[in-house]
Amino acid sequence: MADRKMKSNSKWVQFFNGDLWYDFTRSPVAIVSFITTIGCLFLAASAQWVAPFDIFDLATLELMDADLPPPWADEYGEDKFFLGTDDQGRDIWSGILYGAQISVFVGFASVIISAIVGVALGLLAGYAGGRIDSFIMRVADIQLSFPAILIALLIDGVMRGLLPRELHDELAIYVLIFAISISGWVQYARTIRGSVMVEKHKEYVQAGQVIGLPSRIIAVKHILPNVLNPLFVIGTIHLATAIITEATLSFLGVGMSPTTPSLGTLIRIGNEYLLSGEWWITLFPGLALVILVLSVNIFGDWLRDALNPKLR
Amino acid sequence: MALLDVKNISIGFPSRHGMFVAVKDVSLSVEPGEILGVVGESGAGKSTIGNAIIALLEPPGEVIKGEVYLNGARIDNLSAEEKRLIRGKKIGMIFQDPQTSLDPLKTIRQQLVETIDLHLRLGRKGSEKRALELLEQVGIPDPVTRMQHYPHQFSGGMRQRVVIALALCGEPELIIADEPTTALDVSVQKQILDLMRKLCVDKNVGMILVTHDMGVIAEVADRVAVMYNSQLMEIGETAQIIGNPQHEYTKSLISAIPRPDKKVRRFPLVTYIEDVVEQKDEFDVSTHWLGQSREFDMKVADDGTILQLEDLGMRFQITNSLFKSKRRYLDAVKDVNFSIKEGETFGIVGESGSGKSTIARMVTGLYTPYKGKVNFLGKEISAISHTPEVLPYRRQMQMVFQDPFSSLNARMRVLDIVAEPILFHKLAESKAEAEHIVMDLLKLVGMSDDAYAKYPHQFSGGQRQRISIARALATRPRFLICDEPTSALDVSVQAQILNLLKDLQEELNLTMMFISHDLPVIRQMCDRVAVMQHGQVLELAETENLFENPQHEYSQHLLSLMPRLDMLQA
Repeated sequence: MADRKMKSNSKWVQFFNGDLWYDFTRSPVAIVSFITTIGCLFLAASAQWVAPFDIFDLATLELMDADLPPPWADEYGEDKFFLGTDDQGRDIWSGILYGAQISVFVGFASVIISAIVGVALGLLAGYAGGRIDSFIMRVADIQLSFPAILIALLIDGVMRGLLPRELHDELAIYVLIFAISISGWVQYARTIRGSVMVEKHKEYVQAGQVIGLPSRIIAVKHILPNVLNPLFVIGTIHLATAIITEATLSFLGVGMSPTTPSLGTLIRIGNEYLLSGEWWITLFPGLALVILVLSVNIFGDWLRDALNPKLR
Repeated sequence: MALLDVKNISIGFPSRHGMFVAVKDVSLSVEPGEILGVVGESGAGKSTIGNAIIALLEPPGEVIKGEVYLNGARIDNLSAEEKRLIRGKKIGMIFQDPQTSLDPLKTIRQQLVETIDLHLRLGRKGSEKRALELLEQVGIPDPVTRMQHYPHQFSGGMRQRVVIALALCGEPELIIADEPTTALDVSVQKQILDLMRKLCVDKNVGMILVTHDMGVIAEVADRVAVMYNSQLMEIGETAQIIGNPQHEYTKSLISAIPRPDKKVRRFPLVTYIEDVVEQKDEFDVSTHWLGQSREFDMKVADDGTILQLEDLGMRFQITNSLFKSKRRYLDAVKDVNFSIKEGETFGIVGESGSGKSTIARMVTGLYTPYKGKVNFLGKEISAISHTPEVLPYRRQMQMVFQDPFSSLNARMRVLDIVAEPILFHKLAESKAEAEHIVMDLLKLVGMSDDAYAKYPHQFSGGQRQRISIARALATRPRFLICDEPTSALDVSVQAQILNLLKDLQEELNLTMMFISHDLPVIRQMCDRVAVMQHGQVLELAETENLFENPQHEYSQHLLSLMPRLDMLQA
């Protein structure tokens, strides 16, 4: 036990002495984007405690409060709704927090599922080669020739067709996660396959074969840990894409329902009121989405450059 | 007055961990027409000196102190633009890898003419005439036609000749050659060295020849500077340095060079290198784990044959096609027959592409032979298969690989790397016992006690190769295949590893198949040798017979290319 503790300690020490941490502390872009990302994720995760209103509690909604502008922009605003309210009297700020929570959850879940599927298929394709490889990669190619959003729309549509109508709202979030995951695995599979093909010709793999280890042990125990490095970078950048895809789907009306709105749903609701001058309903969720995605993206870009020894 | 005078130069690479000093207080000089060899092992700082003289230090490297004079004029404090004018015009450079030092998108003519015109301002016609002369001088046949060609249309040796011509374009007074022959085969190496020697004398050009290879130095250098650990150890006439070295480091370096002229039982203990725990206590194989239960039911044949290859052949597909007639193949190994007796060291020697590694990979089952048989301990084991029937045989045969940096899984601890085969083959009762065996094996190959908990990247090349050997021993093999086990290592580390392999073989009565391109190493290690070229075994003979009295033309040719090192003390 003591031994284990020592090890984890030294890992942390290694990290803080390492080049990555060194680069990080010297890059304002990285620090700002990282803090913003963490801030957004924290606010989203703790929406239940941070948000001033519970938007799901219909009893707190009053029609009197509907369509109130932000108090600092218009004299009709009320101080307790500092970003205004929507057409049902829901607090925009609370809506953003709860919406971000759903968006981030969908994002993370899709990234994790995409990564698992993509890594597994990439490892299989790269290690087995031959027909299995051709088959998996051709499927990937076909899928890549359609825009991701189209794939997600398609899957979303098919799933909705298959599921009974009354379950739609309830299952919407899982359908979304499924659709976005399926549209995202190709990235992971391609990267992992490439790395596996490089690794499998290295001598440590041959050493394993000479020892007599079966292929699955060599693939999983020896090759897999050596090809996981790029995963963090792809994952981070994919997180931003997944959140955007979710928002797009919801904006198009095939995602989250207005009763459990994500950021995309909020933007869509607000969009209808934009022309009647109620700009705040759509602007603030939109801004929140931009900040969230931009910070994740910038941090991901920095991470990619910092981990790529060729760019040093 | 010397052509080049380097005075007390120190070169540093600032980093966030402080200044790393790559060269400390080195002084040397080169006369016109002289070749000064700079020799040292990896990390000694020898290339850095060359790069500093020509002002091509990789950033953030900088000259911290000292002066460089060319023809009496100081050049180290010039502006970047003035330095650029010196490069090519006054100082030429020849790089290691001819594959990458020519522009693949331009013909040889374009590259030469452009360079000549830049430096000598001869105009188009004049430059072309000059380019032709240069190509003739460096021995490129039919230069008028060859000038139109692109670099990929030349062989490695020819390409290096073009690189040399390119270095001569500005009629430099000094040429810096950084490992110019390391990427070439021995037969080409000799030609290139002869050419460089001739050019230096004819044109009265001084040369700094940076290399790790004492054979190259002995061949061409007039004087040698020996570098170790950023410092200059010794500088003097080549014959004196090799024949009668003064400094302790030089002595140990020279003693580590495998002798081409006679077999020694062991390399003298090489001091001055990474500390290794030399195994002192007596080793008794009959009581040791490595000697236990060696499956004696797998009998060696009566005549002692442990491995036998019958008409072994391997072909690789170069172009695939739906139609059989259109597919093209490369025969990497053609009809190879030989057998290896228990306890002997069987060498395979040949240039790159001769098929020697392919044989090793077929024997271990990494490649499936296209035709023929591999018989090991009386059983045919041709394809890789892990059926329970074949596995015990496979276990008897292990392999030590060439590149110690890729042959160990970077994500595993040394303990797990060496324990894996033991646990997989169930050679230990428990995990604790396996760990105990690992410690013992690590000690056996000369690793210190705390090595087991570390990761491979924390070790040097030689230490990794030791770990690699420990892993190979962990299945309790009787037959060990060493595929160029020392060609990625420095010469002093090579001596240690070869010593270790010799010791292990004696103690464990191992049979070895030893593959190398390096004839002196083969002479030191092997009992019998097969000489290979183009996938065929041309000659198979006892080592001493081969070296003293080679029968086949190609063997004679190979041996004639071997650096003689005549100055070596008897």
